[in-house]
Amino acid sequence: MTSPRPEVLAKLTPVLTKRWLSPDAWRIDTYEQLDGYVALRKALKSDPDDLIAFMKDSGHRGRGGAGFPVGMKWAFIPQNDGKPHYLVVNADEGEPGTCKDLPLMMNDPHALIEGMIIATYAIRAKRAFIYIRGEAIHAARRLRSAVEEAYAKGYLGKNILGSGHDLDIVVHSGAGAYICGEETALLDSLEGYRGQPRLRPPFPATHGVYGAPTVINNVGSIASVPHIVLNGADWWKSLGSENSAGTMIYSLSGRVQNPGQYECGMGITLRELIELAGGMLPGHNLKFWTPGGSSTPMLTAEHLDVPLDFDGVAKAGSMLGTTATMIFSDRDCPVYATYRWLQFYTHESCGKCTPCREGNYWMVRTYRRILSGKGTPADLDTLLDTCDNLLGRSFCGLGDGATSSVTSSLQYFKQDYLDYIEGHRRPLLNEADLVGAH
Amino acid sequence: MLDNEELKAQAREIIARYPDGKSRSALLPMLHLVQAEDGYVSPQGIAFCAEMLGISKAEVNGVATFYTMYKRKPTGDFLVSVCTNTMCDVMGGQIVYDVLSEYLEVGHDETTADGKITLEHAECLAACDNAPVMTVNYEFYDKVEPDTALGVVRELQDGRLPQPTRGARLCTLKQISKQLAGWSEDRKDALADTGVGEATLVGLRLAEKHGIAAPVGDIDATSPIRVEKK
Repeated sequence: MTSPRPEVLAKLTPVLTKRWLSPDAWRIDTYEQLDGYVALRKALKSDPDDLIAFMKDSGHRGRGGAGFPVGMKWAFIPQNDGKPHYLVVNADEGEPGTCKDLPLMMNDPHALIEGMIIATYAIRAKRAFIYIRGEAIHAARRLRSAVEEAYAKGYLGKNILGSGHDLDIVVHSGAGAYICGEETALLDSLEGYRGQPRLRPPFPATHGVYGAPTVINNVGSIASVPHIVLNGADWWKSLGSENSAGTMIYSLSGRVQNPGQYECGMGITLRELIELAGGMLPGHNLKFWTPGGSSTPMLTAEHLDVPLDFDGVAKAGSMLGTTATMIFSDRDCPVYATYRWLQFYTHESCGKCTPCREGNYWMVRTYRRILSGKGTPADLDTLLDTCDNLLGRSFCGLGDGATSSVTSSLQYFKQDYLDYIEGHRRPLLNEADLVGAH
Repeated sequence: MLDNEELKAQAREIIARYPDGKSRSALLPMLHLVQAEDGYVSPQGIAFCAEMLGISKAEVNGVATFYTMYKRKPTGDFLVSVCTNTMCDVMGGQIVYDVLSEYLEVGHDETTADGKITLEHAECLAACDNAPVMTVNYEFYDKVEPDTALGVVRELQDGRLPQPTRGARLCTLKQISKQLAGWSEDRKDALADTGVGEATLVGLRLAEKHGIAAPVGDIDATSPIRVEKK
């Protein structure tokens, strides 16, 4: 294994992850020694409107996948409307490939809490919820303890640090439903219902949780806030690329020597990330990869030099998503990978809209037939036609995202499908799996 | 069992976390509370939630059946979940699941005859850098091989509690469900148990080894932020 070149090593930019090597950074005393709650004091002296304008100036965009400007989201909250305002943190991490928010809450939970206090001060909210994925009990445990510590030190509760700002935070565990990462489904779930998406408009900014103005931000979006407040908007912009301010935690998984979390300025390429990760595993050559989770169209070895920022990935026909780069080699089959992802979307479809509920169900069956060696060339047309009926016609992004791997794998790897159909490749599934399929 | 005053008090404690008049927000944590008591969402548990929240049993049932973590049948003390989503599958997770299924003689969402272990295949557990992963009561065993997975399960059968590679020391599923209902960790040192996982830190260790740190901005920790109106 060769060491990464100095110019590639220099792309490592630990900001959000910088405290993770301090074993006790999840305790408030250690956090305070590492600049913790310093940004909060500065923010609480500022005018809330100035804070919102500052976040707009920083160019900070959401880290949950869609990349919506954070400052603009905060500015959408109507002020002096006499209604309670809410902040809801989306900690329902579950997009396949994504594993950046749980380690953050595990290792640096106070960064999230500090960011939440600043955000609620800016949007004038007195209550906030962290909706954390149920299975993430390891992170929730640390988070609950951090919230208790913050209350004990006067960072939460009434009249925080004498500023007049009040805030109560509730850590609310989900119960196992990927769809609750969709922000309006999350709100329904938080209100005690089945997690199904809501029709928009009205948007959460005016009609969110309990019908009140609500900001919903991803963990990374909020945990970045104290760093930006302390170091400045220009600094944040200087760390990333045009239209993509700041750093991102790139989560590498799969066929590389050292999978893991690599925080870098936005705009790094996969070629550089693989170099940081010590290269591909011996005997493996890159075949396909996702730039930001299974809902982003897969890319190939041709895209090794695409800048991994919002514009760069969009230009290459995919999406930055959650910067979850799942890396597959020539020993992995894009048809099978897509099949497994579709099983996931089928399982997680909430059932509210027909295109997603039925489309995913039938596509899984089509894949089974192809992978069992019983497919026909017409199956490929059926898949594309089904995707046409999901993309843009599903009620929410889950159905849209489900089509990404189907259409992109057919675009780049049609021959892999034909190899099963024409009998050039040994079936991966046996015919018994076809019971009930047509 | 569910009709005791202590449990009702706990349910009221959950309700009090949410704004006045928004008690229904307590339903998800209350279903976890019911599982902490009964080991699954029992018919009595459904009735208990409905009564405490003043909604119908059908409404509670509708919610309980939506979420994977609410179990419809009695579960074992230990819920073994093996991720078989694409990345973990490709890295060997399906083989781990198959080996455990054969050894335990149970399929997905089934419990061993002695009532001790429930097996399930799980969707992405957000630990792909540690693939393939398995969890026991949601604590992680990273980069798990068939042999290590079998070892973990055999220890559980022998009444031992193998230390997870990430997460706290094991307890029973009922005890974990209490935390899911919103109660804090009450076991001494469990919060400090190994948590990180080497994959999580690999980028940081690389930066540290080569003396690389992020640039620092022009820090002014004391003066307020001012932005000129545009």
